[in-house]
Amino acid sequence: MTAITIDHTSRWFGNVVAVNDVSMTIGPGVTGLLGPNGAGKSTLINMMGGFLAPSTGTVTLDGQPIWRNESVYRQIGVVPEREAMYDFLTGREFVLANAELHGLGAKQAQAALATVEMEYAQDRKISTYSKGMRQRVKMASALVHDPSVLLLDEPFNGMDPRQRMQLMDLLRRMGAAGRTVLFSSHILEEVEQLASHIEVIVAGRHAASGDFRRIRRLMTDRPHRYLVRSSDDRALAAALIADPSTAGIEVDLAEGALRIQAVDFGRFTQLLPKVAREHSIRLLTVSPSDESLESVFSYLVTA
Amino acid sequence: MYNPTVARLTYRAVLGRRRAAILFILPALLLAISVAVRSFNGVDDQIAANVLGGFAIAAMVPLIGVIAGTGSIAPEIDDGSIVYLLSKPVKRSSIIFTKLIVAIAVTMVFSAVPTLIAGYILNGNGQQIAIAYTVAALVASIAYSALFLLLGTVSRNAVVIGLIYALGWEAFFGTLVPGARTLSVQQWALALAEDIGGEGLIGSDVGLPVAVVLLSVVTVAATWYAGQKLRVLKLAGEE
Repeated sequence: MTAITIDHTSRWFGNVVAVNDVSMTIGPGVTGLLGPNGAGKSTLINMMGGFLAPSTGTVTLDGQPIWRNESVYRQIGVVPEREAMYDFLTGREFVLANAELHGLGAKQAQAALATVEMEYAQDRKISTYSKGMRQRVKMASALVHDPSVLLLDEPFNGMDPRQRMQLMDLLRRMGAAGRTVLFSSHILEEVEQLASHIEVIVAGRHAASGDFRRIRRLMTDRPHRYLVRSSDDRALAAALIADPSTAGIEVDLAEGALRIQAVDFGRFTQLLPKVAREHSIRLLTVSPSDESLESVFSYLVTA
Repeated sequence: MYNPTVARLTYRAVLGRRRAAILFILPALLLAISVAVRSFNGVDDQIAANVLGGFAIAAMVPLIGVIAGTGSIAPEIDDGSIVYLLSKPVKRSSIIFTKLIVAIAVTMVFSAVPTLIAGYILNGNGQQIAIAYTVAALVASIAYSALFLLLGTVSRNAVVIGLIYALGWEAFFGTLVPGARTLSVQQWALALAEDIGGEGLIGSDVGLPVAVVLLSVVTVAATWYAGQKLRVLKLAGEE
């Protein structure tokens, strides 16, 4: 088991604080590092990848400092965000060079190219590749030594939907196999589809950590929104509003449903079925309308 | 210390760029001048020494040193592709050492070899002039490569600074201010050539022992410092 631990780490550039007293542990499985553009995600990933020294605090891989320690790269694979590669090489030459730098050879390079399904274009120059192809060759170069930790900075940028699905599938499999996979993204759908565990960075600060649905439930100061359809919406609304766990109910005529704001999550979830049974109302739909990552994220960003 | 993969990547990077055209143009120019001088003036030791000292050693070697020395690392740092070397369990010092070897080899091939051929064209190595300047070019190749490799590691404007040093300091300022000549790779290399070549044809402002010490110190110190800088190279900051 390999974990990266960030302990009270800050990083500033001149007067600008990019990362502000962040502590987190990235363990096995797929973790999404989510934050708006400029939140400090890349700075954090660069510190985890050993390309940037923390101004204060420590960043370690199983207790070993990552900064100025080349030996960590036996376990870490890095997929940088930047496009620049050795464009004058072919895909195969590039991945082979990466394998050789790990003391490996053509066999591992070929296996990595097969993993990302780039064998068909491996003998073309990288300068002729599309963005998605580059991204996959970058992946191959990071996977060539079978690392236990994979760090990816905005890996889905520029990929078409099919390539995106393939990469997600690959990362999911790696996470399921017990590898530590961390990827950054500012696209909510990507994170939502791939990672159940997220770390949210907002303006350099660690805003939240964990399963995003659980994070939502912990936000007790925000009323929970539900969309409810039933056999008798108005009777249900009248019964629910009597209870203090409900702050507001709107009858959405267009949707043919109730929009309910609950202030006490635990109490409301028990109340709703009870009230429905007592009044012989059939519940047809009960869906949380703000438990998507998007609403959690917007709450965190505007908090 | 020497990493063949890093070397292969570096050779292709240095020789594959458009800038590499200068590597071919300058030697071709030297050979063309030599052929012209020989056919107009016949064999003349002093003219041979002037051409090799004035063009080959004063301009061509430092310029090729700038192209090869900075070219073997600066473009990778500029575009960030060096991340693929740095994210490997390879010692930073061995990356620098390998790149230095490549820079030296390229500089030697494109400056010392043409200098030797030009020397033979000009006066058939009379008074050992061809050999003397070739040795100077070889020695200068080592020191320039180390200096310009360091420059490529510490500055984003390595080529410009390198050119200012090579042409401004070595070629121009050095001729005006006698003190500046003591701190010149060109003069150190010429001290060796002076020792080999015929009496009175080649001159240097620096004594041989001092030149050897300074060449060694500059080469070793620049290489060591470049290795240190690479260890703390920051690739981030684009956010």
